[in-house]
Amino acid sequence: MNIIVCVKRVPATDSKIKIAPSGVAIDPTGVEYVLNPYDEFAVEEALKLKEAAGAGSVTVVTLGSSEAQKMLRDVLAMGADKAVLLRDGGVAHDGYSTAECLAAWIKTQPFDAIFTGKQAVDSDNSQLGPRLAALLDLPCVSEIVKLTVEGRTFIAERDIEGAREVVRGSLPAVLTAQKGLNQPRYANLKGIMAAKKKPLEEIDAAAIAPATEVASLSLPPERPPGRILGEGAAAVGKLIEVLRNEAKVL
Amino acid sequence: MTNVVVVAEARGGIVKRPTHEAIGAALGLTAKAGGQVIVLLPGSGLANASAELAGSGAHRVVALDAPALANYSGDGYARAILEVLPELDASVVLMPHTAMGKDLMPRIAARLGAGMVSDAVDLHYEGGRFGATKPVYAGKATLRAMAKGKPFVATLRPNNFEAAPGGGSAAVEERKPSFGPDALRAVVTEVVAAAGDRVPLQEARVIVAGGRGLKGPEHFHLIEDLAKAFGPGRAAVGASRAVVDAGWRPHAEQVGQTGKVVSPTLYIACGISGAIQHLAGMRTSRTIVAINKDPDAPIFKVADYGIVGDVFEVLPALTAAVAEAVKQ
Repeated sequence: MNIIVCVKRVPATDSKIKIAPSGVAIDPTGVEYVLNPYDEFAVEEALKLKEAAGAGSVTVVTLGSSEAQKMLRDVLAMGADKAVLLRDGGVAHDGYSTAECLAAWIKTQPFDAIFTGKQAVDSDNSQLGPRLAALLDLPCVSEIVKLTVEGRTFIAERDIEGAREVVRGSLPAVLTAQKGLNQPRYANLKGIMAAKKKPLEEIDAAAIAPATEVASLSLPPERPPGRILGEGAAAVGKLIEVLRNEAKVL
Repeated sequence: MTNVVVVAEARGGIVKRPTHEAIGAALGLTAKAGGQVIVLLPGSGLANASAELAGSGAHRVVALDAPALANYSGDGYARAILEVLPELDASVVLMPHTAMGKDLMPRIAARLGAGMVSDAVDLHYEGGRFGATKPVYAGKATLRAMAKGKPFVATLRPNNFEAAPGGGSAAVEERKPSFGPDALRAVVTEVVAAAGDRVPLQEARVIVAGGRGLKGPEHFHLIEDLAKAFGPGRAAVGASRAVVDAGWRPHAEQVGQTGKVVSPTLYIACGISGAIQHLAGMRTSRTIVAINKDPDAPIFKVADYGIVGDVFEVLPALTAAVAEAVKQ
């Protein structure tokens, strides 16, 4: 069971975001970068699947700069067998070009399944999984909360509006992970030591330009300041009044 | 002149409001860029849905009605849509950012070699180019991106665009996919509706959310009672990450960065402190009300209206007042 996991290095979710002077990117000063949280679930599921199959390998790949090496070593420490860093040459890739670059490399590899997180917590796009599937002519199930694999058949469950959807398909496939799919393991000392010897390959990514251009990145429009109407149950009457007459939602 | 195509979502043959919002957004674009709004409707048993969409304000409706499309399949729906899309001369393809839209549109975009913005809150047409604005970094920043070429694909955040006012009577054209059910590679085999009569979070006009201030799962009926007071089908129950992680409420109710992003007309945060990750999930709500014992709770910084008080005292009083107000 050969599995590829696509991961991304992103700002930690509690980061304070500042806009760079360029006005089209964030200021990275002081920002802590981590493995995309949803990709952790993807890595864990890939490791579980390989362990259940008893044989195979888990390869983790990222499109980024050499700064992503530490993140890749962390994933190797969790138990992945091999890491690949596709150097983006400083290009700010969008959903289109990220998928094209990853697909170009993936096509050169044997695989039974491709895992990735449901979305990256910086771009919040949730495009990669389905885009890869279309480029590689594979089925895709996104935002999976439960996965069962038997032979080449998989049954995946995902939450849709007001319901749980059960999807059946066969490998090879692209599967994207949602929180709750599993409990990602921590790397132990043995894993961390072993990771130092595992292969981490750096190659230039395919030269593909993004299909969109960032016109601007800005802080969100401030909501007009609100007001405290009062204390305790005594303020309820006032709240009903403003909801009806000001906000007009009642 | 090229057209704006809206892919409609009609689960179980029913068109949900976000599709009408997408049609409204499409009409906003064609008013500036020219062209027609064409609704593309994949599914099965689509007579009612087609008729409804014919009166939505769109110029044309193309129904892809086949047993092969009875249940959602990303690869199946994409293939069926891509068979028809070339003849529609689309410069933009839109769909609501629902579980289906966010899964299906990237497949379409990839095959078209198109740029795509997911979860857009605004659409643009400038200098002959299309683009969109969307929240990024969990809503801590706002991105405006323009497509370099055509077509441009976008999914639209629900409850954010004005629904098309409706009108007109577009002809409904029918197309059939070239393939049957055996060609589908990942297909929905079962849809299990969530228990009870709960309104799905992303469809609710009103959300009443509870946090650790409720002190335990046994007190969450206070949240449920307030939600019910708004009337049937109007309000949903939400929860902060803390109470979901504590096992008091299911993950499906979690609002926030690693839960659901919601944009209701009214969001009432009860006993929720307002961590950055929670705000990411609800800060685009039209009106935010916060009830918290702590006057310094960060939630009060985003709330339009606040009550400083104990939820155990305020919620029953508010529930009674809302029930009364709704009657009038």
